[in-house]
Amino acid sequence: MSKKRLIPKLQLRTSSYNKLKMVLVITKQFGHVIEIGDPVSQAKIYQDQAADELIFINIDKDEKSIDKLATIIRQVSQDIFMPMTVGGGVTNENDFRILLANGADKIAINTNAITDTSLISRTAKRFGSQCVVVSIDYKVDEMGINKVFINGGQERLNMDVVDWARKAEDLGAGEILLTSIDRDGMRNGLDLETISKVAEVVSIPVIAGGGCGLAKHFIDGFLVGKADAVTSGSFFAHRDQNLIQTRSHIKNAGVNIRVHT
Amino acid sequence: MIGIVNYGMGNLLSVYNAFDYLGAEVMICEYPEDLAKVDQVVIPGVGAFKDCIDKINLSGFCDALDEAVIKKAKPTLGICLGMQVMATKGTEGGIHNGLGWFDATVVRLSPGIATMRVPNIGWNDVRVDEKVPLFKGLPSTVDFYLVHSYFMSANNASDVVATYDYNETVTAAVLKDNIFATQFHPEKSQDHGLKILENFIVWRP
Repeated sequence: MSKKRLIPKLQLRTSSYNKLKMVLVITKQFGHVIEIGDPVSQAKIYQDQAADELIFINIDKDEKSIDKLATIIRQVSQDIFMPMTVGGGVTNENDFRILLANGADKIAINTNAITDTSLISRTAKRFGSQCVVVSIDYKVDEMGINKVFINGGQERLNMDVVDWARKAEDLGAGEILLTSIDRDGMRNGLDLETISKVAEVVSIPVIAGGGCGLAKHFIDGFLVGKADAVTSGSFFAHRDQNLIQTRSHIKNAGVNIRVHT
Repeated sequence: MIGIVNYGMGNLLSVYNAFDYLGAEVMICEYPEDLAKVDQVVIPGVGAFKDCIDKINLSGFCDALDEAVIKKAKPTLGICLGMQVMATKGTEGGIHNGLGWFDATVVRLSPGIATMRVPNIGWNDVRVDEKVPLFKGLPSTVDFYLVHSYFMSANNASDVVATYDYNETVTAAVLKDNIFATQFHPEKSQDHGLKILENFIVWRP
């Protein structure tokens, strides 16, 4: 069995001081953006701490964002020899091709996977399912139903998160990246109920994110949520927490996870 | 000089960067004739079996690879799909002939347990044959990064030099004469993966 994965998430946007530079940010409920540093040097730190993979998500929306993202990935891949999922603003096969050619291994698609569902099947066919990560952001509505959101959490759809995950798999997705907008950056724990529902209905790996603030939250994500991987941005980037400590906690709780020797 | 075959599929940059990082002389072989200039051959690959073999044939690399790998017996490394296409045949999206360097069929992972996902994505305990020079300096069980739905089922057990368990025994690496190939991604497996590439650089079968 593949080991459970710990995946730092690096969210990027254009620096407010230099339009040509991308910086690492953290968010709370997809708002309250705080710039915290340089993505390339932070990625190196994560590699030294033996993270299992990295996820890079560009939260900017401008027409040049794929090229800017590709530049960062190209820099990272010169020194980093681990799997990288890259996304944010990916609209077509050409964006896939550019990011893959610059060192990405998997591409995350979100809004455009919904507005053009054939994007999933087309890219799965061309680049392989393992390359296509369908990223799903969701929020609980007034009725207590988990509704899918697109456009960086700006637009609510009348679509249930579990249904969409299942459909994405049918269309050819190789992995699901599930993010609770309500819990993003809140450090109050993962949404275990929804994670386990999704993990139950799909047969592809589920990466769960949004809410990790303690090592226990990761453990719950694996043991209760049945996630194959847990990702977090603020937990690793903003606190004096590192992967090596967190990993030991998780291992000690009986989760099959890599312990780097 | 190490040549990475660019037949239009695969994450060439990661493999190139890894060899470059290790201080090896490395080039991307864009044209079949480039293979004559290199001493070692690397065949990466990500995607589907049929597309891969079609592109090898269409790009004209098929004859050049036969010349470099089989006739001249240059040390050769296949990675992931680059390993799978070395089999006699693949079964992904119909039956397709491969390069036939290994007497093997590429079959789908079928763990038969819902929690064991396909594709299998992640780090697995790979058991390696420590006598093989390409695994020099590694423990007998090593974490390597894999991302695949299909694997090479070899007809000759002696070709298999590494395996891992996925509710069945999955081939993780094969070796025959001058050809070594891994289902896992050494270029994505941090320092243990780099160790294999370092061993490949100095490997003289």
